Amino acid sequence: MEPHRQPATIRKRKWNATKTAVLLSVLSMGLGQWYNRQWIKGSLFLILQFSYVVVFYDIFNMGLWGIVTLGEKPFRDNSILLMAEGLIAIFLILFGLLFYGLNIRDAYQVGRLREQGLRSPGIWASFRAVTDKGFPYLILFPSFLFLVFVVIYPLLFMMLIAFTNYDLYHSPPAKLVDWVGVDNFTALFQLDLWRNSFVNVFSWTVVWTLVATTVQFALGLILAVLINQKRVRGKRFFRTVLILPWAVPPFITIITWAALFNDDFGFINQMLSTLGIGAIPWLTDAFWTKAALLLIQFWLGFPFNMALCTGVLQSISSEMYEAAEVDGASAFDQFRSITLPMVLYATAPLLIVQYAGNFNNFNVIYLFNQGGPAVPESTAGGSDILISWVYKLMFDISKFNYAAAISIIIAIIVMSLAAYQFTRTRSFKEEDMIQ
Amino acid sequence: MTHRMKSNIGLILTYAILMVMVVVTLFPIVWTIGASLNPGTSLFSTQLIPEKASFTQYQYLLTDPNSQYLTWYKNSLKISFYTAVFSVLLTSITAYAFSRFQFIGRRYTLMAFLVLQMFPSLMAMVAFYVLLNMVGLLDSHWGLILIYLGGQIPFNAWLMKGYMDTIPRGLDEAARIDGANHLTVFFRIILPLCTPIIAVVFLFNFMAPMMDFLLPQIVLTSPENKTLAVGLFDMIRDRFGQNYTRFAAGSVMVALPIAAVYLALQRYFISGLTSGATKG
Repeated sequence: MEPHRQPATIRKRKWNATKTAVLLSVLSMGLGQWYNRQWIKGSLFLILQFSYVVVFYDIFNMGLWGIVTLGEKPFRDNSILLMAEGLIAIFLILFGLLFYGLNIRDAYQVGRLREQGLRSPGIWASFRAVTDKGFPYLILFPSFLFLVFVVIYPLLFMMLIAFTNYDLYHSPPAKLVDWVGVDNFTALFQLDLWRNSFVNVFSWTVVWTLVATTVQFALGLILAVLINQKRVRGKRFFRTVLILPWAVPPFITIITWAALFNDDFGFINQMLSTLGIGAIPWLTDAFWTKAALLLIQFWLGFPFNMALCTGVLQSISSEMYEAAEVDGASAFDQFRSITLPMVLYATAPLLIVQYAGNFNNFNVIYLFNQGGPAVPESTAGGSDILISWVYKLMFDISKFNYAAAISIIIAIIVMSLAAYQFTRTRSFKEEDMIQ
Repeated sequence: MTHRMKSNIGLILTYAILMVMVVVTLFPIVWTIGASLNPGTSLFSTQLIPEKASFTQYQYLLTDPNSQYLTWYKNSLKISFYTAVFSVLLTSITAYAFSRFQFIGRRYTLMAFLVLQMFPSLMAMVAFYVLLNMVGLLDSHWGLILIYLGGQIPFNAWLMKGYMDTIPRGLDEAARIDGANHLTVFFRIILPLCTPIIAVVFLFNFMAPMMDFLLPQIVLTSPENKTLAVGLFDMIRDRFGQNYTRFAAGSVMVALPIAAVYLALQRYFISGLTSGATKG
């Protein structure tokens, strides 16, 4: 505050100018800027507002009507398309409101400047302010747009479907879809058939995630430590060969494993019978399918972890081990108190990503045995995890509403666990300190 | 038992474990190559070392008029290339914002990035189908590319940000004092120093569409638009045992170049991933 001005007049003028500018810009975008004598900027805001409304009017009108009613006449109204349009209309409105808010904020700020006796900045100065102070927002805008349409829109879309009766018998264009509230969720937990399937699939998903991820990591770590020993020769050879499962596209290797595990003429059963052990029903018995799936996932997952751990191991200074040796620590002690903590610290975020990845590891389950073998009186196969069950519900029996409801349950579990874990890992907490 | 003997046993055990792992690792790969050289097409008659090895299957895939293998290959390369190029552009500028600027919601956006990335993409298939249908991009490679582009942002931006954080801020501050603006700093200082992680992001995004079969299977409907993964999977989906050797030959021709690139660049993948992870 500059002391030589007269406080009374300042207060009065400030109140007036700012309030008028803000009120005008609330009335319509750009009017506040005109009042502030920023003619070009004001006109731009005004043009933006009119073109926005004119261009998108139909979408607003149709979309909002559609998302509330989901259509009224079969064949004319496609409920699912209407829902999608409704979501897009809501996004567009939110975008519009964002600019509207910016317009009010701008009118307010320039109003304040004017009362301090300063002139409103010209169009060039405004432009520079936007590209300088607003730079991070400007460059994030394309990514933001992509995320809204490719990540957030599908998420919301499926959330909405979970509250409708969209299935084979209510499928557009011949039929309309209706809002049914939480019926799908209650059915999943109350109808015996569905509850049993859900509990079975869910418990196998949890076992699968924990065992597959933990073992693939442990295997990778052990191999990295073994190869990293000073006296082991041929390090390059071992590292190159053992990384191969990561380098070959998984859809190819999974199908290859399916051929090798084939009950009748697969190589593994041929070998077992040569050894005098009978053939094992890898593809027709749920237990053995699960066992085979775990083995395949260990095979697919260890190379990445081995590579990762090797990278970390090489960055641990050898002085630590030398000091430990002087103190008389055994190799195992060294592993437990130096190697393991260092590796876990460095790889924790990627380990969490792997847990989440296996929870949703659709490819290995589907490509190996399509989630089979089939289980009588159940829509889920013997080795289906939640995500492959969702696929079956959607594409085999068109039960989109249940698929969506289960997906929401999956998303809530995975995302909340992951978010919790991420905030706890030290590398996230210390994010700003490490720099 | 002396200390020396004990450690010798340890070494022998180490080699034994490593050799077992080498055999287990190589077996399915060698077996696929062996299968691809079988003259017959069925899984039943497949032998590890075929008596009459021949390139019949390769010949069929590459030259037979009924085979669309080369079309699939071309489609996959096209989709992969554009996805990779645009993701590098989109991701690097996003990472720059997160690495060098403080803005409202920065920390939580970063966190939301990581969590959103775990959102099961299968849920999105119906939504993508409807969206692409609305904008007329169904059965088009560009629709697929756009979806890949959006989906890759979270993980890769996070990875790249981790790398950018390791570039000393002194460098860009010096450039700013010399009068460089934000974009100049980005293009002239940050980007050239990020070459290793750019290579990693480029390759990840080149490989991912090559290996994906779920999304293209839903989005691409006409046969001439199919990608490698979809084409190969369709080949054996209906008659698993019948087309196996043909599938194997097709797989070898996809896997060999990919594996070669991975092996050549594994060092960069690892250093990029570890620095991205710890500094993320």
